[in-house]
Formats: sequence, C-alpha cells, structure tokens
Amino acid sequence: MNQPASAYFLEERHDPTESHTLSVLVQNEPGVLARVIGLFSGRGYNIESLTVSETESQKHLSRITIVTTGTPMVIEQIKHQLDRMVPVYRVVDMTLTGRSIERELAMVKVRGGGDNRVEALRLADAFRARVIDATTESFVFEITGNSAKINQFIDLMRPLGLVEVSRTGVAAIGRGPEGM
Amino acid sequence: MTDKSHDPNQMTGAAMIVRALIDHGVQHLFGYPGGAVLPIYDEIFQQTEVEHILVRHEQGAGHAAEGYARSTGKPGVVLVTSGPGATNMVTPLTDALMDSIPLVCITGQVPTHLIGNDAFQECDTVGITRPCTKHNWLVRDVNDLAKVLHEAFYVATTGRPGPVLVDVPKDVQFATGTYHPPCKSDVHVSYTPRVKGDAAQIRKAVALLASAKRPVIYSGGGVINSGPEASKLLRELVEATGFPITSTLMGLGAYPATGKNWLGMLGMHGTYEANMSMHDCDVMLCIGARFDDRITGRVDAFSPNSKKIHIDIDPSSINKNIRVDVPIIGDCANVLGDLLQVFKAEAKKPDIRPWWQEIAKWRARNSLSYKKNSDIILPQYAIERLFEATRGRDTYITTEVGQHQMWAAQFFGFEEPHRWMTSGGLGTMGYGLPAALGVQVAHRDSLVIDIAGDASVQMTMQEMSTAVQYELPIKIFILNNQYMGMVRQWQQLLHGNRLSHSYSEALPDFVKLADAFGCVGLQAIKPGDLDGAIKEMISIKRPVLFDCRVAALENCFPMIPSGKAHNEMLLPAEATDEATASAFAGGKALV
Ligand SMILES: Cc1ncc(C[n+]2csc(CCOP(=O)(O)OP(=O)(O)O)c2C)c(N)n1
Ligand SMILES: [Mg+2]
Repeated sequence: MNQPASAYFLEERHDPTESHTLSVLVQNEPGVLARVIGLFSGRGYNIESLTVSETESQKHLSRITIVTTGTPMVIEQIKHQLDRMVPVYRVVDMTLTGRSIERELAMVKVRGGGDNRVEALRLADAFRARVIDATTESFVFEITGNSAKINQFIDLMRPLGLVEVSRTGVAAIGRGPEGM
Repeated sequence: MTDKSHDPNQMTGAAMIVRALIDHGVQHLFGYPGGAVLPIYDEIFQQTEVEHILVRHEQGAGHAAEGYARSTGKPGVVLVTSGPGATNMVTPLTDALMDSIPLVCITGQVPTHLIGNDAFQECDTVGITRPCTKHNWLVRDVNDLAKVLHEAFYVATTGRPGPVLVDVPKDVQFATGTYHPPCKSDVHVSYTPRVKGDAAQIRKAVALLASAKRPVIYSGGGVINSGPEASKLLRELVEATGFPITSTLMGLGAYPATGKNWLGMLGMHGTYEANMSMHDCDVMLCIGARFDDRITGRVDAFSPNSKKIHIDIDPSSINKNIRVDVPIIGDCANVLGDLLQVFKAEAKKPDIRPWWQEIAKWRARNSLSYKKNSDIILPQYAIERLFEATRGRDTYITTEVGQHQMWAAQFFGFEEPHRWMTSGGLGTMGYGLPAALGVQVAHRDSLVIDIAGDASVQMTMQEMSTAVQYELPIKIFILNNQYMGMVRQWQQLLHGNRLSHSYSEALPDFVKLADAFGCVGLQAIKPGDLDGAIKEMISIKRPVLFDCRVAALENCFPMIPSGKAHNEMLLPAEATDEATASAFAGGKALV
C-alpha cells in the first residue's frame, strides 16, 4: 500500500520560474541583512545574487539588490514579505519596471604564457576589461557589465588559464531622472 | 552645562523599562526572574503601578500574556532573563506570530562587554528570536532604550499585530541615561502599514457582492484583532447583504453563533454547510483570514468557481496560497466601514433565496451529530453541557490542542469577539492553561475555562501554582480520553491503526494533583454526574481542575480527508470503518 505522505506534494506545481532583480531600501540597523537573508532561507526562496551597501549615511539607509528566481506568485510573495519587514522602506521590482540598468563587477585571474596570454589580453580588450595586476605569468582583469557579459568573459578565459574569479553581485538602478 | 541631577528623566535603564511600561498603560506583566534581569526586578519591587505575575515557567508567561492580549485587545507584556529564560520564550513568541497577537517581551542579556564570549546564560537572543518575532532589538546604549521601548509597543500593536522582543544587557539596565515619554518620533519610520482600503477596489467588491447569486462571507482572526468595531461592522454587513457567513477557528465570535446567517466554522473540522458553501459559492468575501491549508484543503480544488475578494492588513497574505480577484489592503474595521457605506448607497440586497435553500439541505445533513450514550460521557456532550451551564454568563474559553479543541470550536457557541483563545496557527499544546491565567488576570470576575486534553494539560500544568498564588479561579476542564486523541485519530485513519505512542499511560490522578497544588479537584465519570459537577465547578471561587472522563475512542468529525476538496467531507454518520478507510485510501495526509 501507498505510504502516507504529505498532501503538500499534491500541490507541487511546476509553473515556469522567472528571474527578478529587486532593489530594497532599508534602515541600516544591526541585523538588517540577517533579517533579509533569514527571510529567504526561512521561506525557501532563492538568492542568485545579493549586494548591499550603505548608500545614504546621513539617513542610515542601505540599498540591497537581490536577484531571485521563482514563479510569478512566489516573486510577488517575496516582495510583500520584504516590504512588511519593519526596517524596510521600499521594495522595487527592477525587472518589472523594465527600465533598469544592472551592473556587476568581477575580478578575473588568469595564468598562462605564450599564445594564451596574448589571446587573454586581446579578449580583455574586446570586453573592455582592464588589467589591474600583472606578473610575468598572470593577469588580474577587472570587468564591469551585466551578468551575462561577465559570464561570457569568464567562459572565454577558462581555456586560457582561469585561476579564480571574485564577483560583486548585481547592483541595479532605474533609468531616467526619478529615484526609487 | 545643564545640571542633570535634578532632571526627572535621568534614570537607569532598569527604571526606564518600568517607566515605559507605565507610560504605555501596562497594568500587568508576566515574568520570571534571573541574573540578567535583577535590576529590573529591583525596580518592580519599588513601585505599585505595574503588577507582576510570577509564573512557573517562562513559556507560561508568554501564553498568559497572549491570553491577556487576546481577551483585552491590549498588548501582553513579558519579562524574562537571558539564556534559558529567553529560549523558553521561543514557543509563545512563535505562537503569537502565527496568530497575530501583540506581545512585548523584554529579555535580560549578559553585559555588553561579555556578548559573544559564551558567557554564563548568554544566548544570541535576537538571533534566535528573529524569525519568531515581528521585530526585535538589542539595545547597547541606555540612551537608545526609551526610543526602542516605545517603538516596540508601536510595532507590536500597529498593522498586523505580533510579538516583539527587546533584549537589554545588564550593564545597560544599570547605566544612567535620559528617558523620554512616548512621542510621535518614536514611530519606526519605515513601518507605516496601510489602514484605509483603496476606494476603487472597494467599489469593485461591492459590485461583485451586489451581483452575487451564491455568496459567502469567510471571516478570520483579523476581524477580532482589528477590535470590537470590526465585529460590529461585520454584523452590519451580514445584515445589510443577507449573506451566509462562516469563520476560521481564530475568527469565532466575530459573528454570533446564534446569528441566523451563521454556518458554523469552516475548514478541516468545520461544518458541512460551511465547507460546501465555500466550495460552491460564486462570490467569496474573505475578511482578515489567510487561506491557511486547514481552511482550503486541496488548493487546486478550492472553491473553483468563485470570484474572491480579500480584505487584509498584510499585503503578504494576499495571493499567498489562493489567487484572489479583488484584493483590498487595509484594516478590517476601516475597510468594512467603507464597504458598508458604498454597499448601502449603491447596491441592494441581492435575492439569494435559492442559495439559502441549497444551504438548508446541507444543514439538514447535521454534520455535527454524534451518537448519544447514557453510560459514558461523550466529549461532544460534555462541551454541550458546559456550554449550556455557562450560557448567559460572562465566560471566556481557552483551549489546549487536539480533539478537545476542535470539539470546543464546534460545540461551544460564541456570541462575542475576544471570548475565545486558542492556539490556531502553531497548534501549541500547553497554551490553554497559562492563557486562561492571563485572561483571568485581565477579567478578575469572569468565568475563565480552559477546555483541555489529558496530554496537553501536562505540558504547562505547573501554572496551577500561579493560579493559586494570585487567586485566579480558572477552571481547567479536561476532556480526559486517556489518549493523545488527535494523534490517535490520524494513526487510525492514516497509519493502519498502529497507535504508536499516543496512549497516555501513567496519567496522574488529576483530582489528587489539584489537591496537591491547592486547587479543587472534581471528577465526572457518568453522563448523569456531569451537570451537577459542572455546576459545582462554576460555583467554586477557586481554581478547579475538572477530570471529565470521556469516551476513549471517540473521533472528531466531520473531517475533510487528506488532500481532498471541501465537497468531499467525511460526515459522522458516514464515518463507518469502511467509508473511513476508503476516504483515506492512498493515504495523503494534509501535513
Ligand atoms: C507542543 C506540541 N507537541 C505535539 C503536538 C502534536 N499533537 C497535536 S494534538 C496532540 C495530542 C493532544 O492530546 P490531548 O491533549 O489529550 O488532546 P485530545 O486530542 O486527546 O483531545 C499532539 C501530541 C502539538 N500540537 N503540540
Ligand atoms: Mg486526550
């Protein structure tokens, strides 16, 4: 006979998931990041990328940018759940506004010699990546751009002697004259 | 330079805490002392405005404060020490969060210079309680304390109410700083929930209501939390529309059980007519409820043909489990007031006589019926008799968790809000006894009864001692079936009748136990003894532990079997062994 199981399994739906970038303006008080992260882990939401820094020190405001994935219903929940947290001022779905710029910075270390070294430099130039450290056998490139561009650059560096990558995660801002 | 020695607002952190409680109108405080809160206890000792109730376990303080809050509408306040005092509060804080009960919990903490050192009785209280509070604070500077305390009261009681916690290191309690009374600027700037509903949405809702042929109103704990005005307006709305109304476990009493439009509670153990109305309706008006899984049953079969209107103060409750057509974010009373006004001005009562006829047929199934017995007391009968005996009295009911809780919800009729205290969201066994204490503290002359189970009551029964100490004449009415009945019911229905560890072996002699605590112990074994014993219980002006021996194997019906829809309820008359077996075949439990 069937094993008793949870009816929650019945509700496992497979709606398509979407990726959204959320900008969250928060009071910069102790524990605020822990609260946001705890919300995501506690409710089983995904975090693809998260960046945070104080943006208005006078008003003690920090801006968190979160890239998350989920079904439209889950994304809506995430926004509401963030919005009702006491230290959260505003949540803006940058993906929905459709008018946002997203940037990420990565530092990419590549090691090698000969043709690979020349090829890495050539590609870096094409991607407008800067050399910020060099030895006779290695480079560290700094590259900014949207995540896709950075992914593409990293993929190209892989066969050329990629050692390691450090990425900041996504920061986003809306186009035009208005603030969030 | 100003001379601070004469400034009455210069005081220690400990004094600020007591002062802030007084400034917020707190009259009662539930707590338990320990090293990290001794300065506060010293201040409590030296004043008379706030009465401290000493519990026997911090969990008891938390549930007592919940009972206090839910029966008064005021926040419940708790004071406990660091480390184990704080961790013992995790259950009541979580309970209060799930059921939206305003609590302000103050915890002591080790001195700031020891934080992070694994000091004696240190724990990361704000870390541990972050997911089980609406918000919490660690105060490191005595000059922040007044603001944080005022903010704490604001956050606990504003918007969707909930528990908050303020962790105060011992050195901050000793340090002297400047206090200020509550003022506008103490409002947490980033937290201003919306109370007024959107006018256009309200219009849409009225249009839907006015055109409904098979409407149902489904109300929840939010209506109670919103205050007496919300219940009053809900009644007016039912009157103005003529619609049938059901409610969640948490919402009982907002609409009177004797009201003619009352369908009874809905959900897993709700009435047939309530659940069928939910399933077959064409317009559903949900007010201050959250489409919890105990209510919806199987989500993809939930009320498939209805347009849904949802009023809630918490935007995150909307579209969480069930997609709704007309969400209205705002406070229940506020939105109901506007809705009613627009309805009266622009709509008229739709003719829903055929719908009522259909409902009458469902009602006739008599889903709460049970087989009477003249030899053994049936639990349903016991609640019915208890209800009869308390009718017309100023009565408050709390419960533990299990079958007895569901029977209490089914068979005890509530006419008013704030009279019914139960652990709905978390389902915390051990809630009812301390909650009854809290209720009785707030309502000294009322009749306060904890409808309990033999297993649940053992979780917090040490609080009988508190009842005796403070002369709180609570009545603990145990439906003693010698089982963890609800666990056994599920094992019977879903686990091949293998009753794994659900029999309450070695139960205490409750009557002697009551005696040992200095309470009065009573017992009823035969149906014929019941009325007399209940009458005696009510007449005793001391705490009473009532051991009501009920049928051991009775199960709670009706029930929406596991993973089924509202229209697939199992009714008591049909709950023969075979029918039950087949209803649960394939065994998908709801949790
Ligand atoms: C603290 C806690 N532990 C476990 C459970 C799971 N549980 C739900 S009902 C129940 C049995 C309750 O037995 P009793 O109090 O005798 O009530 P009855 O169902 O027999 O009326 C249990 C163990 C719970 N709800 N709370
Ligand atoms: Mg029992």
